[in-house]
Amino acid sequence: MGRKGVETLVGVFVLLGMLGLLFLALKAANLSNFGGGDTYTLTAYFDNIGGLKVRAPVRSAGVTVGRVASISLDAKRYQGAVRIEIDRAVQFPSDSSARILTSGLLGDQYIGIEPGGQEKNYAPGDEIKQTQSAVVLENLISQFLFSKAADAGTPSAPAASGTKK
Amino acid sequence: MTNFVTRLGAATLEVLRVLGHHAALFAALLRACGTAVKRPYLIVAQVHAIGNLSVLIIVASGMAVGFVLALQLYYTLVRYGATDSLGLIVNLSLTRELGPVIAALLFAGRAGTSLTAEIGLMKAGEQLAALDMMALDPVERILAPRFLGGIIAMPVLAILFSTVGILAAYVLAVLLIGVDAGNFWSIMHSGVDAWRDVGNGIVKSVVFGLICTFVALYQGYEAEPTPKGVSDATTRGVVVASLATLIMDFVLTAIMFSTPGG
Amino acid sequence: MPSPPGTAAQVETRNPEALVEVDHAVFGYEGSPRTILDDVSMDFGRGKITAILGGSGSGKTTLLRLIGGVHPLRSGSIRFDGEPVDRSDPARLFAMRRRLGMLFQFGALFTDLTVFENVAFPLREHTDFSESMIRDIVLMKLNAVGLRGAAPLRIAEISGGMARRVALARAMALDPELLLYDEPFTGLDPISMAVAANLIRTLNDTTGATSILVSHDVEECFRICDYAYLMSSKGKVLARGRPEQLVESQDPMVRQFIRGEPDGPVPFHYPAPPFAEELGVRA
Repeated sequence: MGRKGVETLVGVFVLLGMLGLLFLALKAANLSNFGGGDTYTLTAYFDNIGGLKVRAPVRSAGVTVGRVASISLDAKRYQGAVRIEIDRAVQFPSDSSARILTSGLLGDQYIGIEPGGQEKNYAPGDEIKQTQSAVVLENLISQFLFSKAADAGTPSAPAASGTKK
Repeated sequence: MTNFVTRLGAATLEVLRVLGHHAALFAALLRACGTAVKRPYLIVAQVHAIGNLSVLIIVASGMAVGFVLALQLYYTLVRYGATDSLGLIVNLSLTRELGPVIAALLFAGRAGTSLTAEIGLMKAGEQLAALDMMALDPVERILAPRFLGGIIAMPVLAILFSTVGILAAYVLAVLLIGVDAGNFWSIMHSGVDAWRDVGNGIVKSVVFGLICTFVALYQGYEAEPTPKGVSDATTRGVVVASLATLIMDFVLTAIMFSTPGG
Repeated sequence: MPSPPGTAAQVETRNPEALVEVDHAVFGYEGSPRTILDDVSMDFGRGKITAILGGSGSGKTTLLRLIGGVHPLRSGSIRFDGEPVDRSDPARLFAMRRRLGMLFQFGALFTDLTVFENVAFPLREHTDFSESMIRDIVLMKLNAVGLRGAAPLRIAEISGGMARRVALARAMALDPELLLYDEPFTGLDPISMAVAANLIRTLNDTTGATSILVSHDVEECFRICDYAYLMSSKGKVLARGRPEQLVESQDPMVRQFIRGEPDGPVPFHYPAPPFAEELGVRA
């Protein structure tokens, strides 16, 4: 096998590897969803970010328009400061709100943006004032129990704590 | 009693000595890599010997594993009506774990043994001594190109394994069993993260390539220059490389995937 | 140790007539209690062929490697052209090794290269010669050993005798001043043996190089060498002298080796209790 032959074969080998990598990254994973084109940054503060992770999608009407860039605790406000990057082609009115939603019943959490009605749009670096935190399961359960207790009337406390989960 | 303690102490010291010996060769290899890249053809030739010639077994195994995964998962998922997630689970299993690990084990078995035997025989045939007497460093000439070749070839093989496995699962699940094609790809698409899953898988395969290649080279270089010595070194090399890969897999998985990302 | 009668007196200090001087060398592998070479002193005259004879395990091959600077000595020194062979100075060692060529016992040819490329290897590594010049030199060396026609063959395709000759061509490639031969005659048929002996002598004479021959083939060595050392199995020099002097030696150990007698100072029987006792028979 000549030198040229060996080098060609190795080239084919590496090429196959790169094609495989492209396949895995694009077709089989979510890389192409957001190739990182031009984006602008907005910040939203939440009382509780729940299970939101960096690089979680930002969706509006179910369509992915951006990514969560970073999550940190704002030490002054004691709220979660979430910086999101949104595709520059998509603009939102300056009274749009952000909520932390869950995809499916037990799925990943993402940020959903509901557009408002203002004429002016958010400028890059703006803060989304209206936010709704993630739903925390424990709060939901205690809410449920308290409402059940309220329905049942006075002998509420023992019945609520004793039987059900 | 004291005899036992003495022997235990001696055994421990021996283990430490062997570990140190490994580290010494590793350091020499790293140093030699710097000069070895000046002869790229040697490295290319090794990528051919190690990588190209392993493609057949990797692709065949990838297909087999893909088929089996799809089949086994289907039997379980169909009970919960969750067959739409088949593609997703197959992909995650392959890119995160099975691709890098199985490719590494196959690599240790095929390419690793070939490396150990080749170098052991070179040592037995005094070729390494001949290089030494010609004032050339055998670590730089013989070991370093193989080391670099292995590190380059391993990730490619792991990627090929995962790719072929996913395609094989597609063929079995969608074309043969009748799972919905659209869901197969779309749920996989949204559930697999390119950086976290594919990327970490590749990092794993690079680490495994380093481990398996280095173990094979060490065993060959330190083999007793007799037929029995070479054959012992070859089998030892596969065992050590496989164990090291699996242990390292656990460590890497714990580091990379400890925070549940879904 | 007493010098046997009829041998030349040895000069222990710097000898300008010698290309390689071994001075009271003591050697054993690191970590091993066994001493392979025990106070060995030898001189190898310039332009001469000197043989090192001895039984297996007498340290002959190790001596060659020590001259090549592969291992460090426990004590004593080895000098090449007046300069000590010193492993701690890689540049000096490198320069020294460029001036020597070694022929390994089975050739030690690089199995993944062809005959031509094996001989060209040292030229490509250590010189800046152009490809056409290298080609000419390689063909000349192969011609000297009679294998010019075998240049394109792969190592797997050539016989053992041919491999030794290719290895000789490779050792000669840089026209070294010192040639080291490790058991060049072992395992060859009579014709190949004669060819090899002839080549060694001719090359030595035409290039003016110094050759050191390690072997246990007394007859073939004595035909071509100018001086010989005989080593004992304990790593000591047993006898030294020109071939005709050693043949006439009266020392029983020397006689046994030179004449090839099966029993003598080196006993035939491995130490064992009396045979009658083992058989349970009263003697």
